Amino acid sequence: MLAFIARRLLQSILVMLTVGFIAFSLFNFVGDPVALMLPPEATQADRDEVRKSLGLDKPFYTQFAVFVQNALQGNFGISLRLGRPVSQLLAERLPATLELVGVATLLALLVGIPVGIYTALKRDHWSSQVLLTGSLIGVSLPNFLIGIFLIIIFAVWLGVLPSFGRGDTTQLGFWSTGFLTVSGLKAVVLPAVTLGFYPVTLIMRLVRSEMLEVLRTDYIKFARARGLSNQAVHFGHALKNTLVPVITITGLQLGGLIAFAIITETVFQWPGMGLLFIQAVQFADIPVMAAYLCLIGFIFVTINLIVDTLYYVVDPRLRMETSSAGGH
Amino acid sequence: MTGASGSKMGSTIGSKIASTFRRILDSDIWYKFKQDPIVITATIVGLILILSSAFAPLFAPHSPFDLKTLNLSDAFTPPAWIEAGKSQFLLGTDDQGRDVLSTIMYGSRASLVVGFAAVLLSMVVGITLGLMSGYFGGALDAFIMRIADVQLSFPAILIALLISGVARVVIPNSQHDQVAIYVLIFAIAASGWVQYARTVRGSTLVERNKEYVQAARVIGRRPLAIMFAHVLPNVLGPVMVLATLHIGTAIITEATLSYLGVGMPATQPTLGTMIRIGGDFLLSGEWWILWFPGLALVVLVLSINIIGDWLRDALNPKLR
Amino acid sequence: MNKNIAGPQNGAIRLCAPFLTRTIISALAMMVITFWVGICCAKPLRYATQDEPQTLDPHSANLAVTNRLLGNVYEGLVGRDKDFKMVPWLALSWSQPDAKTWRFKLRPGVKFHDGSPFTADDVVFSIERALSANSQMKASIQGVASGKKIDDLTVDVVMKEPNPVLLNHMFFFRIMSKSWAIKNNALLPQNYKDKEDTFASRNTNGTGPFMVTVRQPDVKTELVQNPNWWNKASPEKGNITAVTLLPVKNNATRLAALLSGEVDFVNDPPSQDIARLRAAPNITMILGAESRVQFLAFDLTRDELLYSNVKGKNPFKDVRVRQAIAHAIDAETIKLKVMRGLARPTGTIITPVDQGYSKDADIRLPYNVARAKALLKEAGYPSGFEVTLDCGAAQPPADICQAIAPMLARIDIKVTPNIVPTANYFQKIQKFDTSFYLLSWSTPTTDALYTLQSLLRSYSGDSSGNGDSNYGRYSSAQMDQLIDKIRIENDLKKRDEFIREALMLANDQLPILPIHQQLWPWAMRKGSTAILPPNNVPYFFRFNLK
Repeated sequence: MLAFIARRLLQSILVMLTVGFIAFSLFNFVGDPVALMLPPEATQADRDEVRKSLGLDKPFYTQFAVFVQNALQGNFGISLRLGRPVSQLLAERLPATLELVGVATLLALLVGIPVGIYTALKRDHWSSQVLLTGSLIGVSLPNFLIGIFLIIIFAVWLGVLPSFGRGDTTQLGFWSTGFLTVSGLKAVVLPAVTLGFYPVTLIMRLVRSEMLEVLRTDYIKFARARGLSNQAVHFGHALKNTLVPVITITGLQLGGLIAFAIITETVFQWPGMGLLFIQAVQFADIPVMAAYLCLIGFIFVTINLIVDTLYYVVDPRLRMETSSAGGH
Repeated sequence: MTGASGSKMGSTIGSKIASTFRRILDSDIWYKFKQDPIVITATIVGLILILSSAFAPLFAPHSPFDLKTLNLSDAFTPPAWIEAGKSQFLLGTDDQGRDVLSTIMYGSRASLVVGFAAVLLSMVVGITLGLMSGYFGGALDAFIMRIADVQLSFPAILIALLISGVARVVIPNSQHDQVAIYVLIFAIAASGWVQYARTVRGSTLVERNKEYVQAARVIGRRPLAIMFAHVLPNVLGPVMVLATLHIGTAIITEATLSYLGVGMPATQPTLGTMIRIGGDFLLSGEWWILWFPGLALVVLVLSINIIGDWLRDALNPKLR
Repeated sequence: MNKNIAGPQNGAIRLCAPFLTRTIISALAMMVITFWVGICCAKPLRYATQDEPQTLDPHSANLAVTNRLLGNVYEGLVGRDKDFKMVPWLALSWSQPDAKTWRFKLRPGVKFHDGSPFTADDVVFSIERALSANSQMKASIQGVASGKKIDDLTVDVVMKEPNPVLLNHMFFFRIMSKSWAIKNNALLPQNYKDKEDTFASRNTNGTGPFMVTVRQPDVKTELVQNPNWWNKASPEKGNITAVTLLPVKNNATRLAALLSGEVDFVNDPPSQDIARLRAAPNITMILGAESRVQFLAFDLTRDELLYSNVKGKNPFKDVRVRQAIAHAIDAETIKLKVMRGLARPTGTIITPVDQGYSKDADIRLPYNVARAKALLKEAGYPSGFEVTLDCGAAQPPADICQAIAPMLARIDIKVTPNIVPTANYFQKIQKFDTSFYLLSWSTPTTDALYTLQSLLRSYSGDSSGNGDSNYGRYSSAQMDQLIDKIRIENDLKKRDEFIREALMLANDQLPILPIHQQLWPWAMRKGSTAILPPNNVPYFFRFNLK
């Protein structure tokens, strides 16, 4: 167990170092930091001095070490666009993105699982076919188009939900939340539905296919043979077995959603990290891009690590495998 | 992929593919295809869209790229069946007087070129790396798969955004527009190869130990030849399914990037750019500038996805 | 950021609830009052706009978007009333003891937002600051050499040369607190071009009716009424207690927010939606003629353009090329299609509200493609050339650029519009990194000199403000002489004549090519009132929100 976690941890650190290296290359090679910091009329002497003060005259590995050290302390320099420390900017925007992603995920689970079960149990019913085709349309609709439609319908035609922003937020320490005000709760609806659209279809299809496979197994056949009711078989046995992969995929999707929120945030002017990032891309604001990359990488690696460890704890087969592999 | 047609190796692949194709025609897949009206409709609609945009210069009533023919006083003409509409602009014009129908045809052409090229590129890279990884194993395998792991940690759209962001810095301002399409293709391809590599690697691992491969090795064929001539044709099935679904995703990614303003420049409209422009006229009554390109994009991607989805089910014996 | 924000909203209380004593000073009480009397008057204003200021430094960037916000926070010695007439503001009176001196008597009892008193030291300091190297506000104290403190409430402004319209200029000369600047190490203006990060670019401390309490770039900026504002008893004062500025880039989203009542005020409704707004039952349009002109300008100094296929020479140096472009641009159609009628095609850079405007100079070269082609052929470009046209990503500039491209294509000049996000755009052209660009210009002084000097005087790069916004680096000895004469001429009639000459000369040489004056209304919640001045700055204290 410990060995497994240690190995996964080591792997995660390696991945983070790779991501960090990419960010570092972005920072040092793509954008010339000296040119970025000095006015065009600066003299060569000015340039050399800045180069020295930034440690750019040092060997490459030293520079990388310094970068990693800074990154560990959350120091990613100053945004070229906004002239403020990047870490501060990201910290301000993080709550908005996490709240949006949280609501979207919840929505995806609450809608995706029941619909998935339904379509699996009634696989030949016309309503299942409609739902399945509908889900395919959902996958084919670009996220931003969904957002635009929702704005037209709910903000412009019906005028019931706000079209942009987070509404009023409440500051709880460093965390600004929109969950405590009516306007904040209303504001999150449309973006969360937009962002949740894709994971809903994904989870629904996943639940369906897992259910179908589990229902075919001998285990379920035996359960039926034992005379258990349909309900007991479906929910007591089949569903329980499908949920493990569903939870795993949802967990892995969570990180994806954080990055995917870039689009939703742009459409709804949601003041999260994604909006910050897209503006950084348009402006070629390298420090923000690099920091965002590291942050997303970190979130991903952490989620992966947790999911893997949980899996290891839950699934005894995996434990067998690794222990036998370890015994070689 | 059958580019090396002259060589012996190429002809082997060619005949393999041809025989696969024949197998498909004889198989129950073709039979199932004929039984499914949704897939048939999707295929027909998809083909119409693809052909009409591929031959846009022949079919399109106007050329949106020829600035000289644009007339600002034609701007905001509604579709022809509406009172103020003009017959030469069937679906109306946009804010610059460009014919919406023609712009959609040229726009989907750009979208399709980007989509297909990106898929092809990531397929080639993914298959090559997957084959090598699966066939040779060892350190090479571990290395490639670790890169894949890292990359898989990031959603395609983020990688594409990063690459186009970097391109913005590296490429001088004046050349942005000319290279935009290559940057897009590269950005989308770079984020897609992992899936292919993983699938191909998995299949290769299985195939590698089969008797025919070992036989080929015994008679002294070089690994490269074995991989391409024997292993590749047998892993193509799942790759084709992946590729079909990937085209839909690639087109959406392109549209999204253009919508976000980091894709194709406004002077070379794609469907995403058109939707972005149309968004400005959402509330002012000129609905056709947004809705028609939006519809074209959805129908195009939907038909490709229906085909891909059907293909996957048809090839997956478990779901039969 | 700013500590003393939670004071009582005295102005509001006095106006609408006189029976409430001023002794209630807690923030909680303020909220209750605002709520209680909410129907009657005190109102927070939610304001959505396309672009927000990138800096809050009062002397850093001279951009409309900055002025729109800072005009509510910082104040000058002279001000304008609701009819845009010059009135005493932070100065009570002024006189000219001699030709080279202006003496200002300052208003007593004025306090900065941090509570420190406003004195002559602050004026002297602000003059120094506005004259320093990175300042883009040198024109706001045109002709001034230095300030001299006489006593705490008297300042002499010493001129290096006479400026008959100094007061017009000083209207947008903003006063900053010296002690605050010293304490926060903000003695020098932020270098805007290079995005320096300074305290004063993120924080404010003016004397104005509103104080910045929250500043989150890209997200929101919040202003709260200054409870100690010296002018809070002004009869012009409306009922706005706080302002939330929300940058909403997307046109449709911004408009949807206004229509659905999420925001109360939009200063830049998209032109295509104005007809809809007029018809909307819950929206009032506030009309006014902004003195803003959209114009094209050319790189007139490089021997080879940075962004063109013509090598070894600069086609724009030939006046015939510039004339050809003028003939090829159909300003009427741009007005009709891009501006939806909300523009006045113009042939000159200043507008009828400005001192020195003359009808003779306001004549465009007629739209005439054949003539344009002939001129281009004469100039040696019978098959045209390629060039990149830079423009900001805001509306309408981006749309105008895209409309111009096909017009010039008709005379075989292949224009590639390069649409740059607004924040990058100004920095790009300020670095002189352009061949051909679209810019809009408004004359905050309502006097031609400032415009002529900034746009058409040879670039000097010193503290004179000469050619500060002349990014095409146009330089003509004749023009310079005329502008210098205008600068020091005290006889207004003679001066107007010189201005006319300069404008006519500009029409002959076409260093810049005016397209139209924009006539953009504001949109507000129904029943509200506001005043749209020629400088298009929303002075929130004059707003009344229903």
